[in-house]
Amino acid sequence: MLLIDCPYCKEMRPEVEFSHAGEAHIDRPADPSSLSDEEWESFLFLRSNRAGICFERWYHIHGCGRYFNAVRNNVSEKFILTYPAGQKRPSDAQIKGALS
Amino acid sequence: MSEFRTAKGGRICRKTPLNFSFDGQSYAGLQGDSLASALLANGVHFVARSYKYHRPRGIMSAGTEEASALVGIDRGKGRFDTSTRATTQELFDGLKAQSQHCWPSLKFDVGALTALGSPVMSTGFYYKTFMWPKAFWEWVYEPILRNLAGLGRAPKEMDPDNYSSIHAHCDVLIIGAGPAGLAAALAASQSGSKVILVDENNEIGGDLLNCPIAQIDGTNSWDWLAETEKQLASLPNVTILTRTTAFGYYDQNFIGVVQKLSDHLGSLENKPDNKTLRERLWKVRAKRVVLATGSIERPLVFAGNDRPGIMLATAAKTFLNRYGVKVGNRPLVITNHDSAYESAFDLAEAGVEVAAIIDRRAKISSKLVEQAGKMGIEILLGHTIVQTSGKHRVCSVRAAPVGENASIRKIKCDAVLMCGGWTPSVHLFSQSRGTLTWRDDIGAYVPNNYTQDATSVGACNGDFLMSQSLNKGAVAGLEAAVSAGAKAPKSTSYKVVNEALTSDIPVEEIGIFSTIGEGKAFVDFQHDVTAKDIGQAVREGFHSIEHIKRFTTTGMATDQGKTSNLNGLAIASAALERPITEVGLTTFRPPYTPTSFGVLAGYSRGDLFDVTRKSPTEKWAEQNGAVFEPVGLWRRARYFPKTGENMHEAVARECKATRTSIGISDASTLGKIEVVGPDAAEFLNRIYTNPWSKLGVGRCRYGLMLGEDGYIFDDGVVGRLSEDRFHVTTTTSGAPRVFARMEDYRQTEWPELKVWLTSITEQWAVIALNGPNVRKLIEPFVEGIDFSKDTFPHMAIREGMIFGVPTRLFRVSFTGELGFEVNVPSAYGLGVWQRLMEAGKKFDIVPYGTESLHMLRAEKGYIIVGQETDGTQTPDDMGMNWAIGKKKQDFIGKRSLVRSDMLAPNRKQLVGLMTNDANIVLDEGAQIMGEKSNVIPAKMIGHITSSYWSETLQHSIALAIIDGGRARMGEEIYISMPGGFYPARIVDPVFYDPEGERLNV
Repeated sequence: MLLIDCPYCKEMRPEVEFSHAGEAHIDRPADPSSLSDEEWESFLFLRSNRAGICFERWYHIHGCGRYFNAVRNNVSEKFILTYPAGQKRPSDAQIKGALS
Repeated sequence: MSEFRTAKGGRICRKTPLNFSFDGQSYAGLQGDSLASALLANGVHFVARSYKYHRPRGIMSAGTEEASALVGIDRGKGRFDTSTRATTQELFDGLKAQSQHCWPSLKFDVGALTALGSPVMSTGFYYKTFMWPKAFWEWVYEPILRNLAGLGRAPKEMDPDNYSSIHAHCDVLIIGAGPAGLAAALAASQSGSKVILVDENNEIGGDLLNCPIAQIDGTNSWDWLAETEKQLASLPNVTILTRTTAFGYYDQNFIGVVQKLSDHLGSLENKPDNKTLRERLWKVRAKRVVLATGSIERPLVFAGNDRPGIMLATAAKTFLNRYGVKVGNRPLVITNHDSAYESAFDLAEAGVEVAAIIDRRAKISSKLVEQAGKMGIEILLGHTIVQTSGKHRVCSVRAAPVGENASIRKIKCDAVLMCGGWTPSVHLFSQSRGTLTWRDDIGAYVPNNYTQDATSVGACNGDFLMSQSLNKGAVAGLEAAVSAGAKAPKSTSYKVVNEALTSDIPVEEIGIFSTIGEGKAFVDFQHDVTAKDIGQAVREGFHSIEHIKRFTTTGMATDQGKTSNLNGLAIASAALERPITEVGLTTFRPPYTPTSFGVLAGYSRGDLFDVTRKSPTEKWAEQNGAVFEPVGLWRRARYFPKTGENMHEAVARECKATRTSIGISDASTLGKIEVVGPDAAEFLNRIYTNPWSKLGVGRCRYGLMLGEDGYIFDDGVVGRLSEDRFHVTTTTSGAPRVFARMEDYRQTEWPELKVWLTSITEQWAVIALNGPNVRKLIEPFVEGIDFSKDTFPHMAIREGMIFGVPTRLFRVSFTGELGFEVNVPSAYGLGVWQRLMEAGKKFDIVPYGTESLHMLRAEKGYIIVGQETDGTQTPDDMGMNWAIGKKKQDFIGKRSLVRSDMLAPNRKQLVGLMTNDANIVLDEGAQIMGEKSNVIPAKMIGHITSSYWSETLQHSIALAIIDGGRARMGEEIYISMPGGFYPARIVDPVFYDPEGERLNV
């Protein structure tokens, strides 16, 4: 069972308190009605689905109730970084730093 | 005293005799025996039949790696344990054990006849043989195979034992309490670090228990052990758990550990309080893990290596030194490793005549030759065993020079002790996703790269000497404590005298097998996999070790290949003509040893299996005869039968009362969310399809919520309490996901909106009152609310008092009758309900459950999300375009509604169905066809979503979704059910009071 560092609670908490909430950094378009079918499809369905380092949203459902983002290696399952929703995607250098 | 029990020595208690039985025969043993040692003390080697060929099998080890001596232990009703290793089962007085895989008895076994057919039952036999004819599988092959298959038998009763679980956190978890683990524990605990030390045996000591002659720092090993145990036990920061197995190593140093608490105490059947625990699951989170899991001796692969009496060399040493049992009167040793000499020498020292030592190696250390000479033991260097004899126990072997079938010599013996080197136990390390590296000198894999905060010491790391284990264990314990945050304690070093005689001459070969004729040389004793099977698998084209494993099933039995994996790997490597390191390794998975379902379930059984949510009136419903059903986690009353009534009759009565006077129902399970803030209305505008800005204070509206994909997600009534406060209701089972969805958008998409959300589901009890007399019933008890028809219209909400407690009173209806939903704080729910029941007597008030609720709403064509919808329905599909705020720029799912597929005219649409025969109630889920046709495949045009007998209409009614259904009003369609095709007519889904006049009385 993983331990997850909630960036709001600032504490390592067990995985059972959290639920996964999909890929991070996909902004809902400001005016969906102005999008073409292809653009809307891309927002709605297309995900990076990479093996390795990925950006995810997590929900501290049985804790503070906040959504946050995480950098995680989905092959080793390890969490590398967690940060509040709305914050910029961490740079490669930041991820490297957290890994070392 | 039996001839096989030594006169002195061992760790058994000679003053405490115990009686036990095996296959009905009574025997005597001693306190401290294992079942295996007690059987051997009685001269019993033949204890089991093998799984596939039903060959006689004996006791091949003295520990957890046992693959042959599997027995059933009978502790009374529901307490029968199958496939228990006789070597790990501690003896208790009255123990009853049974052999497995034999009928009618161990000695005369009919199943052994399959061995006669074994030349044709080669590997993959089952896969290849039972392929055709196809129909035979279900009726002929499977029942026969099922009857033959399986390891032992499972009890049929519920497990009556108690299990518990506990979370534990520590600085250092040490797995294995042999020399390495003990030294680590001593070092790590010095500076106050919290240490947990676990060991699967009934006492700590590990290999020390086999080596009474060794001396540590001038002290006899057993005295040193006693002193160490005393010291560790005195420390408050150390927890020692024996009979405790770390079975799984999970992420971030989370270790699953099972502690056996009473399997050594005899049956719990007659314990009066039924409180004694059988096992406890420890869920340990450790800052640092020290793996001191030891190593397992490998068997040698030679023809007939599975006869009773043939065992691992170290097992004989353990039985002798720990249990005071001689495994035979004339044992013979076959080895390619020095450690087997210790067994031979210890036995000779105890007065046992050693038949010979056969060593596959041509050259060995002179120390060993000298010692053997002194003891008068003959050594045959460069020899091997090519055949064994003995029906139920080995009685002789045939030895020949390695690689030759000439100069064969027959040697009489009554036990064979084999040693093919040692395999470090890297199971847990590998589960932690560490990677291994091959060491040629020991012929085994050892830990290499760690992915978690752990370290391996002692034999599991390839350091087999006791002095290495102690000294490296001490260093590891110290480092672990420091890395877990302790101050550096002082270091220790140990000097060991009389440790193993192991020389530097390496294991020369592993996995070489020798046979003459057709003799079987077993690799996996539990699954009866031979060396030839592996060769055959390779010849048949299985080249990946994972495929070879699955085709031959080597390493797939309950012992998970503890003794067989490396031999199998080496034989595969030879057959593939590739070096062992290129063949790869199969995956180690938890559990390390068989783990009971009982302990994994722990407390989560019976009533505690899952959460049951109960509404405030649940007890009242129980007392008034309600029949319940689970709705999500909730326990809801389904109907309230009177004496002698069935469900159909009860529902008919409840519906009739609601349509004619008053029905009362508990709707507390509805999800409720309070949405508050200056931007509350704007927030709801974006979440729901409906517009909210113009909803007046004190008014309600039905709200429909979509996913971004445009499909219906949830629905419910929303009431506006003030400009900035809404009371939102959701479906019962949808409440958590609706709340999570709202929070998600509030936090991450629209953080600029000033709005707050609070789940109030459990704060408000909801009593739904429906029927023409409801207003008359409640008006006298309500304060502060004007009840006249025009000031409190349908779809309105008021705040006031009822029976003196605060209420949010909704005028809404899910039945089509005049309806009020009385919300009161949960603590008052039952009280208000009882007062309403009392006051309602004069109106013949009737309580109703979910069944009538569904019936009544279906007559009105109201949908239930999740029943009429399955996640692929748009508002238009449900005929609910009226719920969409056309002027809104955006809401969740709006963009998807204009995709071309969503606008297609032939989408499945909600309709009503009236059967031609009024009495036929259609099956929910039944498929609908446009024409009566037996053509296969038939064209399905939709399915039934809800179907009931309508007491009101005296006619069967149904809701359905049908391709382009709204344009097909009046058409006859056919419903396919087990009894045939049933004709029905497509009608409007509102069956009752289509004008809605009854709502507005």
